[in-house]
Formats: sequence, structure tokens, C-alpha cells
Amino acid sequence: MKIKSFLYVFLFGVFSISAYSQNVKLLNINQLNERIKNGKDSTYVVNFWATWCAPCIKELPHFEKLSAEHKSEKLAVLLVSLDFKSKLSSNVVPFVKRKKLKNEVFLLNESSPQEFIDRIDPSWSGSIPATLFIKDDKRKFVESEFTYEQLLTEYKKL
Amino acid sequence: MKKIILLFALALSAFLAQAQTGTTLKAGDTAPDFKLKNVDNKEVSFGSFPNAKGYIVVFTCNTCPYAVGYEQRIIDLDKKFKSQGYPVIAINPNDPEASTADTFNKMQDLAKEKKYPFPYLFDAGQKITDEYGAKRTPHIFIVSKTAKGNVVEYVGAIDNDPEGTKTEKVKYAEDVIASLKSGQKPAVTQTKEIGCTVKRKAKA
Repeated sequence: MKIKSFLYVFLFGVFSISAYSQNVKLLNINQLNERIKNGKDSTYVVNFWATWCAPCIKELPHFEKLSAEHKSEKLAVLLVSLDFKSKLSSNVVPFVKRKKLKNEVFLLNESSPQEFIDRIDPSWSGSIPATLFIKDDKRKFVESEFTYEQLLTEYKKL
Repeated sequence: MKKIILLFALALSAFLAQAQTGTTLKAGDTAPDFKLKNVDNKEVSFGSFPNAKGYIVVFTCNTCPYAVGYEQRIIDLDKKFKSQGYPVIAINPNDPEASTADTFNKMQDLAKEKKYPFPYLFDAGQKITDEYGAKRTPHIFIVSKTAKGNVVEYVGAIDNDPEGTKTEKVKYAEDVIASLKSGQKPAVTQTKEIGCTVKRKAKA
């Protein structure tokens, strides 16, 4: 009996870990573009952040609030972490779990910042937080942190 | 008439706001001189190094994990290249109110603790940060001293390995200085890398 309950606990543990790992997928720029192109939403707010970036962590709740308060609209908020790939299971997954993030979270799977930074936006110096707004064919890139009011204003302007 | 003055004032303030978050200098631009307070309370400018052939200007800070990750590599750059005529000059671009761990006192503590062999300068009002258009930490500008003045030769990252785990890294900064020493223009004059934003007071 003891062995059986141990087994259940063990299996439960394995499943919950894998479920949480699935919450943070690796994603390269091509996949990000595909996700946006094939998604059923019309507006995409893509926030670039990292677990080591204090101002990013400070503004993450604003992105959670934005999607929660606009559930009826065709909006998708994608949180793309720029943490090192080696920190996925040690830092990013536990962080996402602890903060109970509801938006989709990815970890950027690119190795050359010379290419991917320009592919997101040529004006980007590479500092984070930074956010890309996409509505249909329109793109707007902002390289700074937001208050909720500023984020809402940018979203409404689209 | 009042309206015209108002319009003019608006245009001017828009222009100033633009200038404040100035565009980043690039290779070929003149590198503006500065006179900033070092952690030893003395003022430092390009002229503080009369025998230099150029300078490695690094915008870096106490707090950014990427800056911390590169700290030893910045110390090593100075150890290797100061004697060859290319000293490191570090400038903290962050506003101390916006980033309370980047105050002048805390800069002094860090420079002492880590025995910085290079000046670590406080940029009051972020004036020099904006003249260079430094956008993140760390952000480096390699400058050469020429007959026509101080010229920017390279802007970007120190190397292509912020995590410090690659066995074969491209050492951008070292390659640039090697080119300059042999009298050539560097092959790579600009790179991009992830980093922390320059911390500013919240806009009113």
C-alpha cells in the first residue's frame, strides 16, 4: 500500500513537472512569426523580458492585467524570455509557476543577437524590457518599461 | 502671436525630448569629450591619459546582471590594453534615484571591493550617456585618437558570449584594438547584444 501511494505521489510529481515545463516552450523568431501569422487573434503584444531583469518583473503584472481585462477582444499577449537557455528549468519554469503567469510564456531559442535583435526591430539596441505591438500589418516597437496606463495607451492606439 | 510662441515652445520641447534620448553614435562619429567625477573624487576626461592612442569607453553599472557578468572581462581588457595605449574608462549611465544601487557611494564601494584598475565615472544628469546614445549596460564605445580628434571606431558588445560558457568566442573588442594597432580599420564596427536599459527617472 505504501509503495502504491508512493508511486502515485511520484507519478503526480513527474506529471506536474512536465506540465509546467510545457508552459515555457522554446521558440525561435521564425516560430514566433508563424505563431503570430497563424494565430486567431488580430492584436499581438509581445513582451521581451528575463528573470534577471528587475524592471521586466515589475511590469509583468501589467501584461497579465492587459490580457485579463480584454478577454473579449482578439488580443494575445506573448511573454518571450531572453534568459539563457541553460536557465529554462532552473529559473524560468519555477518563476512562471511562482508568479502563476496566465499569458503564454516562451524562451527565445536564438543564438545570434546580431540577427535576432534586428529581426524583431532594427531600432532595438538589445536592452530589456522591450515590447512589440502587432495589429494586422502594423508594427510598433517600444524599448522601455511601462506603467499599466502607458501600456493601455499603447494598446488602445493600435 | 501667443499661439506662435506656444507652437515654437512645443516644437522646441519635442526637439529637446528627442535629443535627450539621442541616437547612438556610430563608427566615424566624433567621440565627445567629458569631464566626470571618478570614484576617487577626481575628474577624468580623455586628457587624463596623455599617452593614450585611444580609449575603451564602457557604459556599465553596479546592478545589471549582464554588467556583473562582464565585470571581470572589463577588468581584463584594461589590464591587457592600458599598457598598449587603450585604457578602459567606465561610466555609470544610470540615474541614482531610479536605480538606488547605482549611487556614487555604491559605485565607490564596488570599485574598491573589486579593485577596479580603471576610472569608474558618475554621469550627473546622464548628459554624456545621452551624447553617446548609450542604450544599455554594458555598452562599449572604442575610440581612437587621431589628428582630427577622437573618433568612434566601434560600438556594441565586448564579445559574443554574455553567459561566459562558449569555448570559441568572438572577442569583438580585442579584435577592434588589434586592427587599430596595426593601423587598420576594424572589420566589425557595430554589434548588438541583450542588456539592461539605462535607468531613468520616471517622466512626469
